[in-house]
Amino acid sequence: MAAKNLPPVWNKMAKHAMLPETTHDERARYNFLASLNKHLAHVSQGNQMAFDKRVEPDFKKDHGRGFTTREEVKEAMKKDPHYQAWSALRRCTMEMRQQAGRSLVLRQAEDLKEKAESLNKGKKTLILDKECQPPPYLLAVDNHLMPGSYHTEVIEGDVSAAANYDSGVFVTTAGLLGKFNDGGGKAISHWMKTTHSEFKPKRILDIGCGMGHNVLPIAMAYPEAEIIAIDTGAPMLRYGHARAMDLGIKNVTFMQVEASQTPFEDESFDWIQTTMFLHETGGKSIYKIMEEIYRMLKPGGITLHIEQPQYTDEMSLFEQFIRDWDAYYNSEPFWSKMHDIMPDELMTKSGFNKEDFMQIGVKAINDLDDGKTKADEPEDHGRSPVWNVFGAWKH
Amino acid sequence: MQNSSVDYIKLASNKAKGKRPYFFEDPAVERVLNITMAIAGELAVARERIDTLERLLEKKGIVSREEIEHYVPDSAIIEEERQLWHSEYISRVLRIIQQEMEELQNPDKTVEEIAEDINKM
Repeated sequence: MAAKNLPPVWNKMAKHAMLPETTHDERARYNFLASLNKHLAHVSQGNQMAFDKRVEPDFKKDHGRGFTTREEVKEAMKKDPHYQAWSALRRCTMEMRQQAGRSLVLRQAEDLKEKAESLNKGKKTLILDKECQPPPYLLAVDNHLMPGSYHTEVIEGDVSAAANYDSGVFVTTAGLLGKFNDGGGKAISHWMKTTHSEFKPKRILDIGCGMGHNVLPIAMAYPEAEIIAIDTGAPMLRYGHARAMDLGIKNVTFMQVEASQTPFEDESFDWIQTTMFLHETGGKSIYKIMEEIYRMLKPGGITLHIEQPQYTDEMSLFEQFIRDWDAYYNSEPFWSKMHDIMPDELMTKSGFNKEDFMQIGVKAINDLDDGKTKADEPEDHGRSPVWNVFGAWKH
Repeated sequence: MQNSSVDYIKLASNKAKGKRPYFFEDPAVERVLNITMAIAGELAVARERIDTLERLLEKKGIVSREEIEHYVPDSAIIEEERQLWHSEYISRVLRIIQQEMEELQNPDKTVEEIAEDINKM
């Protein structure tokens, strides 16, 4: 039997000037929560057992037929005691993670703001716009139970939302995104460099960049390119820009811009990227954003979108149901709806040619991986750093 | 390091937007679970701190608060020992969930039924 897989201790996270200070107990709290997340992935296996052994047989007995939709599965599973216990524990863990992160960043909110101001001062690569409002889909919900979402400012010039995100995403993913939480950005830039070595993008746009963790690997892979990273959350942009400055990455301009109405010219980017962004938009906005992407993309350019797997007919109703958990109970409501949208239709409706559509699978590049053989682990649906990437070249 | 302008204790525990779902029929059960898990977490935190103290005491024979605040595991073995402790601890606290899964996998007779069986043996 291979050794038990343990999540890395929190202090393995890469240090940079913006990372909040942590006390011994705050680090320990994060270590506990990472371990708890990992444990609950094992507890989740009981959901499949409960489904197979009692929920589905009982449903068949009562209805004289099997399940036909994931909503039916959800209604039946809600009454199952194992599912109830796992759900209650998982919800509790997500809330505890937010509490742990907020308690440590908010106590030093003023200091973090000053650190960001000193790194951002006089730089032309941070462009904030007071007129830019968060879109309605971001105001409707606090994504992944993050109170105040990405945009709320507790003090003027606040960066605490981003500091909370940066320090805590390591906990939710049990460190699988690497010490800079940038496994997604690394994976996509590696794919581009190896699969399309001839592609030399001059201008790259990252939409919904957040604190910029996934755009920085792209900026490093293409140091000659001009990178523009947009988001509506000012705390994220202030923090992300300061973080990039401290890490010595100077070719990214962070701008406060809403994705469906950008000030950029037609056909002005070679590559437009989103990473775990589209599932936090809305049913109409996603189409508007894709149309905007088509407009801004140069002929011969590419757009790529890193997301969780789509729900297809081949995916069991149980798996669709369990993947939906985060949508409803970790407050990412568009996640479920979006997974019913076929990416090729989304792209073609926005102007792309069907034959230019592409879909690939990528796995996070994790610089914390020690290369040792790991024990087989159950998949933590919705949390695994293995993604579906879809996109298209524009011709 | 604290900033007086922000009531960080209250704000840290804010609720996120959206009506909170309760998974058990009785929300009181879930309330108790949440309080219990918070205590479980704090015990883990205290245990990690004691571990630090012990290791530092062992190492130097003397310990300052400054040292405790800045201690981080300095070897892969210690990192692993500490995370292993968390893993074991969580498994102990959530024992009943594992047992329910085992029961689900291998349904058992009740002891009353077994008593009847044994009576015939």
